[in-house]
Amino acid sequence: MTLTATVPAPARAARPPSRLRRGLARLSPYAYITPFFALFAAFGLFPLLYTAYVSLYRVELQTPGEMEWRGLGNYTALFGDDYFWTALRNTFTIGVISTVPQLLMALGLAHLLNYKLRGRTFFRVTMLLPYATSVAAATLVFAQLFGRDFGLINYLLGLVGIHPVNWQSGTVASQIAVSTIVTWRWTGYNALIYLAGMQSIPSDLYEAAELDGASRWRQFLHVTLPGLRPTILFTIVVSTIGATQLFGEPLLFEGSISGGISHQYQTLGLYMYEQGWGFFHLGRAAAVAWVMFVLIVGLVGVNTAIARRRSAREA
Amino acid sequence: MTVLATPRRTERAGSPRQAARPRGGRAGGQHHGGRLAYAVLVVAALVSAFPFYWTIVAATRSNAELAATPPALLPGGNLVHNFQQVLQQADIGKALLNSLIVSGSVTVGTVLCSTLAGFAFAKLRFKGRNALLAVTIGTMMIPPQLGVIPLFMLIAKLHWVNQLQSVILPGLVSAFGVFFMRQYLVQALPDELIEAGRVDGASTARIFWSIVVPIARPGMAVLGMLTFMASWNDFFWPVVALSSQEPTVQVALRQLGGGYVHDQSVIMAGTLLGTLPVLLVFGLLGRQIVGGIMQGAVKG
Repeated sequence: MTLTATVPAPARAARPPSRLRRGLARLSPYAYITPFFALFAAFGLFPLLYTAYVSLYRVELQTPGEMEWRGLGNYTALFGDDYFWTALRNTFTIGVISTVPQLLMALGLAHLLNYKLRGRTFFRVTMLLPYATSVAAATLVFAQLFGRDFGLINYLLGLVGIHPVNWQSGTVASQIAVSTIVTWRWTGYNALIYLAGMQSIPSDLYEAAELDGASRWRQFLHVTLPGLRPTILFTIVVSTIGATQLFGEPLLFEGSISGGISHQYQTLGLYMYEQGWGFFHLGRAAAVAWVMFVLIVGLVGVNTAIARRRSAREA
Repeated sequence: MTVLATPRRTERAGSPRQAARPRGGRAGGQHHGGRLAYAVLVVAALVSAFPFYWTIVAATRSNAELAATPPALLPGGNLVHNFQQVLQQADIGKALLNSLIVSGSVTVGTVLCSTLAGFAFAKLRFKGRNALLAVTIGTMMIPPQLGVIPLFMLIAKLHWVNQLQSVILPGLVSAFGVFFMRQYLVQALPDELIEAGRVDGASTARIFWSIVVPIARPGMAVLGMLTFMASWNDFFWPVVALSSQEPTVQVALRQLGGGYVHDQSVIMAGTLLGTLPVLLVFGLLGRQIVGGIMQGAVKG
């Protein structure tokens, strides 16, 4: 790349290009993708594949160089651990109660943001604000709002006559609290993604629907939703991946790596961290990572299949 | 008001991106929003913004004031004291500097790598192009946590634990960035310009610096902002790779929140410090960030 650049270009162009020069020209596109792919191989692809290998060994955090073959031992140990199943269940329930309302609200908000409104940009920017905060900051703030004794949320509930909820130790309550943080951070982002999708739906479709006498609600059902299908599928895939890996929110909600005293809101991501950096079993943590991966592939596959079948039926 | 609003709208509709998609009409935007639409949006905006307001309230109060009933709802005068406490409990100055170094390097590196690769994928012909692009896009679906253990073993072997390059180098890998720049350049960079450059005898490298980069600049700016925010806010990998001796802001925040004494007003003062820089970026460039996210979205 630098080689070709240092050659004075105009002088060269006059002569027919040499063989060397032609060879370089054929190779030069690769020079442009090399920085990315070199980093990608070292820090993306290699770790990914190596995780499967590590999951078959006993590897301890203090001595990562010493590896002892265990076969599927890490996996059988995992499946025999009650807390693994708790984490799996928690990941699923927290995933559902954060993703479903989040995407539904985002769809509604996107629809409203698509109207001709005064201050439209203001609303869009404000709704994206939570996306600009970090998991750490958001969780610390919400942990305080959800405080049992002095939290603002319990105070407000008290005003309408509801007894204070113990957001930290109740299983359902703590999972709702953690899901609230996720929903707060991502609803606006998803709303903007939907809005972008809505704006690429041709307006003649709406005009045609209007001529046919379709109400606004029917237009939403029969023009907007089908037009948004690829976008909706995209957000479902992204949220599924995000929900499966949830880590910062349950870690910082109370500051413990066990996700509450009885692991009531420990997710798989946090369980993996606990195995690896709490108990020093890197091999076992790698096995958790692979379980997470299989889970994600499965969930994404199921979601895609459902979406495909629905669109095939309607077509 | 309405007189002012009309020319602005036409100006936005006439922007190059809109013109590039002639069929992309305003769709549901035909309808004017009713009172209910405004009411719902105002509530949503308040819910989005309230935690920020409340961070300020809590950061400027004392712990005792926060524990009072009814709780304080207006900012108080305890900010300086709380900041001093933060500085005592966590090296937040160093953390801010580290975050700035990490996010700055990651942003510059990612934008450069992504523009180079995005240009090649968009405009150059070479063997294996489609397959490599498919691999790149495919990996966007793979969760980063999957590779964390070997990555940790790798940096342990290199003796990089607790050193900033352990966070910077893996941060430069951005399949999304490559994809984003490719999409941008396919649209924004006419083939004729590159051909004209070749006729004039410019090498590909020359074409890249003198033609591609100037045209790619708006896309690079958007990618840069998104990368900076994501890198500043990254939590999982920095927590694994760094410790309290060499923290980024997010790692330092964990330290504040995970201590034995939960001094809420101090935690909130730390949160405020850690969030301010990215809020500043967001305040200045919010519009462009919104535009960038919508631009990168999957469309029907």
